[in-house]
Amino acid sequence: MDTVSPLERVLRGLAITVVILFFMFPIVWIFLMSFQTNETILRVPPSVVFEPTLTNYTALITGKLETAAGTLEIAFMRNLWNSLFLSTASVAVGLLLGVPAAYAFGRLKFRGSEDIAFTLLSFRFAPPLLVLLPLTIYFQKIGLADTYVGLIWVYQLIVLPLILWIVRGYFEDIPADIEYAYRIAGHSWFSTFRKIALPLAGPGIAAAGLLAFIFAWNNFIFALVLASADKQPVTVGALAFVTASGIQYGQVAAGIVLSIAPTFALALYAQRYLVEGLSLGAVKG
Amino acid sequence: MTDIMLNIENVDKFYGPVGVGVHAVKGIDMQVARGEIIALLGSSGCGKTSTLRMVAGFEAVSRGRIHLAGREVHMLPPVKRNVAMAFEGYSLYPTVTVRDNIAFALKAARLPQSEVESRVRDVAQMLEITDILDRFPTSVSGGQQQRASLARALIRDADLHLLDEPMGQLEPQLRTLLRGRIKHFIKERGLTAILVTHDQTEANALADRIAVMEDGVLQQYASPAEIKERPANLFTGTFVGEPPMNVFPASASVSAGEILLNLAGGLVLRYPEAEFAPEVRQSILSRGDVVIGVRPYAVHRGEGGAEAQVVANQWLGDQTHIAAAFAESTVVLVEHDRARLSEGDRIRIALKPDDLHVFDPDSGMAISHGRGLA
Repeated sequence: MDTVSPLERVLRGLAITVVILFFMFPIVWIFLMSFQTNETILRVPPSVVFEPTLTNYTALITGKLETAAGTLEIAFMRNLWNSLFLSTASVAVGLLLGVPAAYAFGRLKFRGSEDIAFTLLSFRFAPPLLVLLPLTIYFQKIGLADTYVGLIWVYQLIVLPLILWIVRGYFEDIPADIEYAYRIAGHSWFSTFRKIALPLAGPGIAAAGLLAFIFAWNNFIFALVLASADKQPVTVGALAFVTASGIQYGQVAAGIVLSIAPTFALALYAQRYLVEGLSLGAVKG
Repeated sequence: MTDIMLNIENVDKFYGPVGVGVHAVKGIDMQVARGEIIALLGSSGCGKTSTLRMVAGFEAVSRGRIHLAGREVHMLPPVKRNVAMAFEGYSLYPTVTVRDNIAFALKAARLPQSEVESRVRDVAQMLEITDILDRFPTSVSGGQQQRASLARALIRDADLHLLDEPMGQLEPQLRTLLRGRIKHFIKERGLTAILVTHDQTEANALADRIAVMEDGVLQQYASPAEIKERPANLFTGTFVGEPPMNVFPASASVSAGEILLNLAGGLVLRYPEAEFAPEVRQSILSRGDVVIGVRPYAVHRGEGGAEAQVVANQWLGDQTHIAAAFAESTVVLVEHDRARLSEGDRIRIALKPDDLHVFDPDSGMAISHGRGLA
């Protein structure tokens, strides 16, 4: 039985429209900006009517940025590749370390386990700069500054706690007796972890991996401080558009569109999966 | 000498630090012979499942030792104990079919495919789950999952089979049918099994011996008949039996060649001294205060004796349960015919000395059963 009154329906529709406008406006505006020149972007008053151009995208793909002061070399495609590589590798390492750790925290209640798990989570609380300054010095001393390995290592501060805490909830949700049943049938705990726990926690692991990927992709500060131009991801690479002759808004917008495209597509594709995955793991108190 | 399959020696279980945490199992001593079926019977939280899980290796033994098939196993992981278990929550692997669930351990043991198939068929037929073998656990009913879990345990050649509430989800008719089949299956193969249950009928029907547990303590470990006829203490006496045993505090005295059991409300039960063996008389009289117990089916109506007033009369289809106010308490009688009694009717009831169980009021331990000492 439908108990929603017409007035309520209209108000709801209105509220949803406001929310959608609020959240979608920046994305749509950036998208429109990416097809405009700096002149049309900066005109007053702004307008949604313009002659679209692909010059911004061409500049990004060819790596040649035309400014009033001349042609600048930019490494946007390189940055894009760096983002992809750093995020994928970080999540892979994060899963490799985080999933067994999550299993241990979820299943084996050992002395201090909660403290260790909380300490790992607390990495997320600290301002990144707090870690970065000492880390920069250490990394320079041990030769990890400006290396992919060093960056992937530092990215674990972002992905590892996330994976650990989400996946741990999943492992805790699997009835322990299913694993016991497998173990008592003649299998080691490692085989039980591989054959029973991992497949059952699969959706949670996928959701955690996806979320960690997005977080890693969006990171800015670690790569800004620890990497030089050829190792920097798109988030840092976008700074190249702040040139001596002004900010290249068109290229910035195109850069943003290109850089959010993979995570946006990924999130859209796996949206239901992600929401289900994350909420399932959170059900158990 | 009896061949001992399982020996539980003075085992304690603490959840938390030893001596400080929750003391779930307290100094259990139990031996199970090869080929024997044992039932661990008790109410929720009595420690029966903890005991079972310590034997399986899922819970660490806080104190004591466990020997299985001549090996000391309490420090071994479950995989090395060679025990099979049917779980209360079924715990089937959701990603494989019922058939594969049942065959898992046999395949892990690398048995020939033909043997695996024939054994799965046999056990599935016995438990009436042949039609669901190719379905996934999530798509079958709770009762079917339970039988699949039971099949997964029974199919194995283990030293010990642990069955945790194996028939809780089954329909009464099917339960009755399967009890007989499961017992036959276990006995025919000479398996040794421990069954955890709170269902007395199941324990009586399946087990050679019943271990009654309460508050982590093994109260009595004996055959079903002995537990019923000679309960070791007040707990066992009142826990086992449906409806439960009637119990009344009494003070015993002797007068003019009669033993008088003075109940509350000025009610006196009189028995000629000769009805009890001298040592029973001595034991009862020396204590003075006792608790007497009598099973509902041993309370007889209309044969003289003390007066009681009916408070309820229920015909259950095959027997009548009558509750009557008696000695400032309630006495329950079971009769096999329909009783034409209404609330408020006065009846006379007799408690024969042969049917009396006398307990110490302080320790709860049995003093006598009928005319003999406990």
